[in-house]
Amino acid sequence: MPGPVQSIERAAAILRLLAAGTGRLGVGEIAASLGLARGTAHGILRTLERVGFVEQDRDSGKYQLGAALLHLGSSYLDVNELRSRALNWADALAARSGEAVRIGTLLEGRVLVVHHVFRPDDTLQTLDVGALLPLHATALGKALLAHDANAVAAVRGTELETFCRRTVTDHRELSRALARVRENGWAAEVEELSIGEAAIAAPIRGHGGLVVGAIGISGAVERLCDARRVPDARLVGYVRDAARAVSREFGGSRW
Amino acid sequence: MTERYVMSIDQGTTSTRCILFDHSGRLVSVAQREHRQYFPRPGWVEHDPMEIWRNLERVAPQALAQAGASPEQIAAVGIANQRETTVLWDRITGAPIGRALVWQDTRTEGLVEELSRAPDASLVPDRTGLPLAAYFSAPRIRWMLDATPGLRGRAERGEVLVGTMESWLIWNLTGGPDGGVHVTDATNAGRTLLMDVRSLTWDDELLAFFDVPRAILPEIRSSAEVYGTARRVFPGTRIAAALGDQQAALFGQTCFSAGETKCTYGTGAFLLMNTGTTPVGSGHGLLTTVGYKIGDDPAVYALEGSIAVTGALVQWVRDGLGLIGSAPEIETLARSVEDNGGCYVVPAFSGLFAPHWRGEARGVVVGLTSYITKGHLARAVLEATGWQTREVVDAMYRDSGLGIGELKVDGGMTADNLLMQFVADVLNVPVARPMVAETVSLGAAYAAGLAVGYWADLEGLRRNWHRAARWVPSMDPHRRGAEYRNWRSAVERSLNWIRSDVAPPDHGVAAPPGRLR
Repeated sequence: MPGPVQSIERAAAILRLLAAGTGRLGVGEIAASLGLARGTAHGILRTLERVGFVEQDRDSGKYQLGAALLHLGSSYLDVNELRSRALNWADALAARSGEAVRIGTLLEGRVLVVHHVFRPDDTLQTLDVGALLPLHATALGKALLAHDANAVAAVRGTELETFCRRTVTDHRELSRALARVRENGWAAEVEELSIGEAAIAAPIRGHGGLVVGAIGISGAVERLCDARRVPDARLVGYVRDAARAVSREFGGSRW
Repeated sequence: MTERYVMSIDQGTTSTRCILFDHSGRLVSVAQREHRQYFPRPGWVEHDPMEIWRNLERVAPQALAQAGASPEQIAAVGIANQRETTVLWDRITGAPIGRALVWQDTRTEGLVEELSRAPDASLVPDRTGLPLAAYFSAPRIRWMLDATPGLRGRAERGEVLVGTMESWLIWNLTGGPDGGVHVTDATNAGRTLLMDVRSLTWDDELLAFFDVPRAILPEIRSSAEVYGTARRVFPGTRIAAALGDQQAALFGQTCFSAGETKCTYGTGAFLLMNTGTTPVGSGHGLLTTVGYKIGDDPAVYALEGSIAVTGALVQWVRDGLGLIGSAPEIETLARSVEDNGGCYVVPAFSGLFAPHWRGEARGVVVGLTSYITKGHLARAVLEATGWQTREVVDAMYRDSGLGIGELKVDGGMTADNLLMQFVADVLNVPVARPMVAETVSLGAAYAAGLAVGYWADLEGLRRNWHRAARWVPSMDPHRRGAEYRNWRSAVERSLNWIRSDVAPPDHGVAAPPGRLR
């Protein structure tokens, strides 16, 4: 077993120090209190600031605990913020792929559609922002489920509803499908929610790789898949590019 | 065959952007660079024209490199620009004379007040379709000629040139002192107060009124024609379009028929309605402006209404009140309640713009009871943008007699679904957001592409416009009527706040436009 990670211990000490006082502390004060080199303290503070655990006062340059710590238990990303920052990338994905785009997040065991871009063919379409989709029968849901242990635990033991002949209703089969999603970096749904429809989705990651949502396209199975019902590699590439671009917006730069 | 693109340059208030578009109107690459804002005195706002030119020299090659394209692959270049910002420069050396005076600059208010007392001041609205106001370029040119020693003499001898940002960039691109082409387009020239809005030519009486020598002015051309060939930055490429940014957005939203209307929601909002080939005067505080002119085709006119505070109100809730951490969170907060709870916010931070033009109005929050929470306040904040849009659309309807079938929207606030639904509800027309959000850049690209035959006609461009989202009205008509009455009562309560016997109004307040024809 590897030993303790020194920088995490130091980060914890900085947070305890800031939590103990009522006012703000400067980097020099923090370094002196903990016996750290100023540069070391600064590096840790910058990282903590990036993830929202500390905040730096603009005028004095001093640090205090960040708002994100207070909301550690609740969802840390506002869904309207997610939509706002994903807007251009979602449009670009719809334009490149020629298909409708949706962005989803987890909500009480289902996928909440937080953004929807129409398929660019000017047919009559209705915005379905706010709609709830099943996790196990959609590409968006599988992309989310594959990266959220809590959601998987919540689904385990529940009955997986059948929507079509191809809906995955067996838990072991679903586990295998989620493992493939993690391995490939994308998820697909081929006639699992509705006949004739397919979808491709990829996870949107924030700081540290935490998955904050999923983005994907959906449309007729003959446009999205080849004759063997395998999703088109070019379209998969577009979806993954878009997911990476949105992830960069939220600090998930490594993916 | 190698792919060909159209390049669009958006010379905006805070940055210069270069975007390449492909034949389907899809965005291929973007490069952007911000420039410095100078505030030498209260109410003064300046840009450095050389910095903006150097930024263009950097962003254009970046956009080409991103797309892996060479200048030979650029079918044409179109320019959209911040309107009314004015620059003077030396014809021989190419050096700017002072900094550019930006559209937000209010230093000419005193001069404008003096000019408005002249017996022939009614000439201005009659000929230009615009009120005599410090917002436009002519008073800035006059101010610079008066303020710079010896400049008027040099101007009269033809040693000095003037223009808005598109003129400055086109002159430099086409060679600068070495044969640079000195032109502007009708949408930009139309915002100077020196152009006859019907004939689209410089008007001698207006030139005399503002005491601006004709020799310094650029030639007025259409918005879409080949002005010249670039000799710098992207040599050999044709420069084929120029439009003011809001007109470019109207064009980029493909509002090609009378009645078609777009609204750009940013810090403030700009609504423009295509009114066809004859200018429509306004009795309700709107501006009559050239929408676009394609080559030798007749000019197409527009009515313009601006709302001073839309997104800025959300920013105030974030920065001034600290109720939200980021602007999009306003929607989350607003959705925490069912309705406004009887609360209304009129954001008359610096008076009310179109259609009221009441400089003495100030913001109010009304209908407060102990029931009101921050959620209700957030709703009222979003609804204020909806009702202000409704007021301008009503004024457009009264002036033009044209109804709108669908409002085309763009800008950052279109990410707010609650707001867009509310706009559709209060206008009682569908609201549509296009797939390409960069409508200003797209409009300039479209005009340039049309001029060189990259796109065949307006119908072809229309086919490129795709709906990314559409909101359909669903509000009960009785509720709509009752809410609108409440809003108008709230507006009533914002009026007559600043009294002239107490203190002079601060800078940047709404200036009444006077009657236009």
